[in-house]
Amino acid sequence: MNNKSSFVYVIYIRTTAERLWSALTNSEFAQQYWGGARPEAEWKLGGAWKLTFPDGRVADRGEITEFDPPRRLAIRWRNEIMPEFKAEGWSLCTMEIAAARGEAVKLTLTHAMERPDSKFIGTVSSGWPQILSDLKSLIETGSAAQPPKYDFPK
Amino acid sequence: MGMDAVFRALGDPLRRRLLDSLHARNGQTLGDLCAGHAMTRQAVTKHLAILEQANLIATQRRGREKLHFINPVPINAIAERWIRKFERRHLTALSALKKSLEGKNGENDE
Repeated sequence: MNNKSSFVYVIYIRTTAERLWSALTNSEFAQQYWGGARPEAEWKLGGAWKLTFPDGRVADRGEITEFDPPRRLAIRWRNEIMPEFKAEGWSLCTMEIAAARGEAVKLTLTHAMERPDSKFIGTVSSGWPQILSDLKSLIETGSAAQPPKYDFPK
Repeated sequence: MGMDAVFRALGDPLRRRLLDSLHARNGQTLGDLCAGHAMTRQAVTKHLAILEQANLIATQRRGREKLHFINPVPINAIAERWIRKFERRHLTALSALKKSLEGKNGENDE
């Protein structure tokens, strides 16, 4: 029944849609919850996007396919480092911000690829929960829960 | 959306089985989930609602179907709060052991 690989993450964060949007689209800030990796982009529709590892290598590249502040951001991206991931082609990561009960917003992040059993989607899916938890702590308390340690591929 | 709701939702073997099933195959419909378990449609619906309230699953509409996805974010929060900090102590003890053993025979790989 599933001819695509997708993961959906939901997190509630005590903040405003505008503050969350700027946390998602500010490279300096994003680096703090991306475990040292740095997402950079020309933050507009059609803008180029890339994720750089702490050692300077470009891990992923893509483009912004939806840009509707402070509600919806979509990035079409492909891995650049691991040949088996790159061969799988393009993934689509969508972030949607909605109002939630109390003074909170709901962030729904979907990362999908139009092929079954994608190894790339399987691998990024182990990283997203930590990135989102750190995003939440950083916004709510001003610091990430702990300096996250990722095993960046060699 | 407290931790209490997450632990309550996890405190039921049928709900844990539904999560296992989504972990094995993400994005299942209600029909898929019913087929894999000896439970009535109503029971599965009720358990899914509890899991969704605890934010352990997320749902998305695709055409006329509603797909269910495991949301590992609250489980990650449990791991942070209740597992990793104890694990860290463990790792510190191991690294102290490594240091003292390596110190004894005068070798150091660092």
